[in-house]
Amino acid sequence: MSQPVVLGIGYSGFQPSTSHYNIREMIYEAAAKAYEDAGGIDPGSDVDAFVSCQEDFWEGISINDEFVPDQLGAVLKPVYTISGDSLQCVLSAYSMIRSGAFDIVVVESHGKPSEILTMRDIILMSYDPIYIRPLNPENVFVFNALEAKAFMEYNKIDREALGRYVISSLRKGLRGRRNPYASIKNVEAYLEEEYVVEPLTKLDFAPYSDAAVVVVIASEDVAKKFSDEYIKISGVWSVSGTSSIVYDDLREDTMTKIAARKVFDMTGIKDPVREIGVFEIDERISHVPLMVIKALRLSEDVNRDLMMGRFDEEGDLPVNPFGGALSEGNVLEAHGLARLVNAYEILKGSLGSRRYSDVEKILIHSRRWPSSRTTTLAILSR
Amino acid sequence: MSIYKLGGTPLSDEEFKKIIKEITRPNAKYLMSAGQAYSVFFEGLRRGKIIGTYCERCGMIYVPPKIFCPYCFITLDKWVEVADEGKVVTAVASYYSANMERLKEPQIVGIIKLDVPGRTFTSYRFPGLLHRICGASLDDVISQRIFDARVKARWRPPEERKGDINDIECFEVIKT
Repeated sequence: MSQPVVLGIGYSGFQPSTSHYNIREMIYEAAAKAYEDAGGIDPGSDVDAFVSCQEDFWEGISINDEFVPDQLGAVLKPVYTISGDSLQCVLSAYSMIRSGAFDIVVVESHGKPSEILTMRDIILMSYDPIYIRPLNPENVFVFNALEAKAFMEYNKIDREALGRYVISSLRKGLRGRRNPYASIKNVEAYLEEEYVVEPLTKLDFAPYSDAAVVVVIASEDVAKKFSDEYIKISGVWSVSGTSSIVYDDLREDTMTKIAARKVFDMTGIKDPVREIGVFEIDERISHVPLMVIKALRLSEDVNRDLMMGRFDEEGDLPVNPFGGALSEGNVLEAHGLARLVNAYEILKGSLGSRRYSDVEKILIHSRRWPSSRTTTLAILSR
Repeated sequence: MSIYKLGGTPLSDEEFKKIIKEITRPNAKYLMSAGQAYSVFFEGLRRGKIIGTYCERCGMIYVPPKIFCPYCFITLDKWVEVADEGKVVTAVASYYSANMERLKEPQIVGIIKLDVPGRTFTSYRFPGLLHRICGASLDDVISQRIFDARVKARWRPPEERKGDINDIECFEVIKT
């Protein structure tokens, strides 16, 4: 069967606001860069299909599928849209390549939250209309906070350790390329922050950013015709939970646990601590990476390991070593591809020092934001 | 298993409505960027000009403009001012709204292929501008006499223009 590889990437934005561009112009810029990075492919003659991950309510356009083809060079081609995080699109592209029916598939995703004036109400629209919405929670992140609190309580993680994660991640972001919110703060400042919804402060939520990301995925045999600088997608899997956290076990991240079992099986990974060099994890709300660390069994005692700095840039289990969503911003459905871009650049050696030159495998994780627990994991390797 | 076998009593529609007054009223508001190409187009309308871009590779002219050609996937940076006159490619009359409410007056809309100075009608590809058509009778539309009719933009007075598509009130038939 064909081995899927990432042949090229391109992006635009990763800024708090991109009012000089409309979203289609941003996607065009990202696509043009991706096709160039992929060895100069022509979307009209070289690409077999296109997959876009997006959500109508983020767009302000219903049935936004119709607006996908133009700026990707996908006119008169097969185009699929998925209402989900962009790593779910990578899973689709991976499967299409593995089927042998497609040689090159382009994945696109974008987010332009700076154009959404009523974000709170749109997030509320994602909740059960009959049971939850009439409760009219003043803070729509109350469900995330409930999860955070339960997880931290059951796993004995205190706020100082959570603050340590946040502060470390914001500092790591200073070394990245797409991080408008990276900064230097200290834990004392974190602990003095007012609660937004307990136990979370505004520092625990990634601010919003606008971005478009395009990734060219190809079978290895075809990729070789364009470039020998590609990165393999060794495995990818996605798991969905129920529609409400009240039915889930809040002590652990079951979705990540199941997805990890599958991707480790697909890639032959026996010991993720030893075999995976970098972890690119969704941190749009700060407790989520801690749940993922636990679910991946990277740590028996997350609180202790956070305080010891095991997940910092110099730690033995670097998580988001060039900053994650807390630094780059929340780019909505494009988040999964943002993690993939970091992994791609680290594995190609264009991001990071010699410290990462011997990294062979990177795990990337994204969980659909804000209330879904649908989780996708992928392993990228040299 | 049926709810009746479980011994429950389901709410009737009336009872349900008494409890849930309002299920859905989306409050979805956006402030969308026009972008580089549309900004030029709308600024042009305010000045009484219709601006497009054209693709040097395939010859397609885009009105409103795009900064890329969807067919050739190349960047478009050649601007062209087109005439505010052209021919009707196709037109229809609406008698009811999409919610099936009868309109007070039927509305005629069409696709207009605008003239491009310096180019003959067949020397360029033109996807057409969508707009209201005025000065045509319903019979003109039904009989298809409207096809190929010459139309010209009826502009709002300059002091009333806002830089949006309604700066042109409609395209008025000047010759069928």
